[in-house]
Amino acid sequence: MEITLDRLGLGKQGTVMSVDTDAPLKRRLGAFGMVPGTSVACRYRTPGGSVTALEFRGTVVALRTRDLKKIRVRC
Amino acid sequence: MASASVRQITVALAGNPNVGKSTLFNRLTGLHQHTGNWPGKTVGVAVGQLRRQNVQYRFVDLPGTYSLEGTSEDECIAGEYITQETADCTVVVCDGSCLERSLILALQVLQRCGNVVVCVNLVDEAQRHGLQIDAYRLSQMLDTPVVLTAAGRGEGLKELLDQIDQTAQQMPILKKHAWDDPVAEAERITFACVTRESTDRESFRRKVDRLLVSRRFGVPLMLLLLLGIVWLTVWGANYPSMLLEAVFDTGYTRLSALLSGLPWWLHGVLLDGLYATCTRVIAVMLPPMAIFFPLFTILEDVGYLPRMAFLLDPAMAHCGGCGKQALTLCMGLGCNAVGVMGCRIIDSPRERLSAILTNAMVPCNGRFPTLILLGSLFFPEAGAAFVVAACVALGVVGVMVVSGVLSKTVLRSEPSTFIMEIPPFRRPRLGQILVRSLLDRTLFVAGRALTVAAPAGIVLWVLANTSFLSRLAAFLEPLGVLLGMNGIILLAFIFSLPANELLIPVILMTMTQAQSLQSVSGVGQTLLLSSLTWQMAVCTMVFTLFHWPCSTTLMTVYRETKSLKKTAAAFLLPTAVGCIVCMLLNLLL
Repeated sequence: MEITLDRLGLGKQGTVMSVDTDAPLKRRLGAFGMVPGTSVACRYRTPGGSVTALEFRGTVVALRTRDLKKIRVRC
Repeated sequence: MASASVRQITVALAGNPNVGKSTLFNRLTGLHQHTGNWPGKTVGVAVGQLRRQNVQYRFVDLPGTYSLEGTSEDECIAGEYITQETADCTVVVCDGSCLERSLILALQVLQRCGNVVVCVNLVDEAQRHGLQIDAYRLSQMLDTPVVLTAAGRGEGLKELLDQIDQTAQQMPILKKHAWDDPVAEAERITFACVTRESTDRESFRRKVDRLLVSRRFGVPLMLLLLLGIVWLTVWGANYPSMLLEAVFDTGYTRLSALLSGLPWWLHGVLLDGLYATCTRVIAVMLPPMAIFFPLFTILEDVGYLPRMAFLLDPAMAHCGGCGKQALTLCMGLGCNAVGVMGCRIIDSPRERLSAILTNAMVPCNGRFPTLILLGSLFFPEAGAAFVVAACVALGVVGVMVVSGVLSKTVLRSEPSTFIMEIPPFRRPRLGQILVRSLLDRTLFVAGRALTVAAPAGIVLWVLANTSFLSRLAAFLEPLGVLLGMNGIILLAFIFSLPANELLIPVILMTMTQAQSLQSVSGVGQTLLLSSLTWQMAVCTMVFTLFHWPCSTTLMTVYRETKSLKKTAAAFLLPTAVGCIVCMLLNLLL
């Protein structure tokens, strides 16, 4: 099943299929190692759900959930 | 033995944020760069020296960066330094506990620079996570020397220095590397060089972590934690402050007897001006600082701050900011100048400017004593902590409102992205860091008391004795009253431009019309408190939060923005807020 990353449930895992964010964010994500093929897990969210902490490549990174809509994952 | 053949080597320390570069730097150079478990602690370049045998090492500690094409100010500093290749040897510091991500930068650096040493740091932490790193294999695959270190414990440093020494002597030849995708290559290398044993020691920390950022308890726990710190600071500072005052009082009497042969004016300048102002500032400032900073350092060292930024990002986003601004506000609690400099971690230039302009609205440590004293007007002793905590909260609300207004008017911009690493919890190195934060700050305060309070004390004494102060206060009286305070308090705010710590001493000196500040240390406070109505106290507290930043902060704003206009804005913005709120309060109360 392929979904956008913002819909990945807490504690769930997936594999990144495509990253279609704007160029600066895509570059920053690349520096953290988030590229197609990366396996990500959803670690925690803020109360309103607007920020999500993802774990990938051994690191936890916080991102706005809004920006995750442009990233597709297979789970 | 002095020898003519001392070789000088410049070594750049590069790496991702929060991999222990500054800890390594401190270990190597014996300096005391501030370290902490959160990305963005180092925003500027620090330089330190080490002499070993006949080699003089010059270490350059760069801000952490995730890539050589970073976008924020601190990342640009690091990227430019590395690509310009001014160093004889570039050490890329990697995090042993997440080697894969660290290697992405290392591979980028290897593509651009010759003479690179890869230092895999935090191997002790990696071992705790059940990770074994094959340094030999790693070195072969990267085609560059690799050294394993645990900088916190000082392990592997000798080997690192030997390797740096050897590498720096070679001609910097850029090696041909076969890869073109650093991310894929990092994954391949990590797979080959790191073996993972399963371990369940992590589960406890994960549980604590989940609780601290949980949807239900995250925010309440954060507020409790901050309240706890403020409460401990206020409650704990009370007794040592009194003790110090008593000691200084005795010192005054002794000195007074000793100097009785001097002419009255010299006696006055030295004792009632210089001595009294300095000791007062120290007695009031030192105890809260000595409690607040170590406590705060624990939070920093454990890795709580990025979690706070995570929890606060939604609120900050509403006001056109981001979670990283919350980090700069935390730094502002210690010192606004440091907070302003910390704004370099914010990616968007507009958000960064808005964070710089509003930082001074969170009370720094220099303003705590004023808030504590005025707070004790309403509540005795520990109750004052709640007043102080409320003031901090009010300051944060002020920052958010002003940032929000700015982001919808002059600094309008697209909502930016927010991306921040959340490091694992680390055990705080209690002894080492607490002693350091205590000693460094103590020296800092003592130094500041001498450089600022001493001349200010002399000037004040002269002004007070020529009745200049009281005339000035009378002149300012109408404006002061309009703002819900009085002329004396407004005057004190003006005089405490060099340092906010001076506020209470100036008020006391003017109020008593006295030649001496010392005679009023105990009595004066009661006098001050009895002459203030509670409305005036409230307005003074509000104005303490929202007025012009101290001169050090203003200079830092100028350095960061390189613009007089923006510096003026940093001066006027909080002042305008303070004036408006105080006038409104004056009308309402």
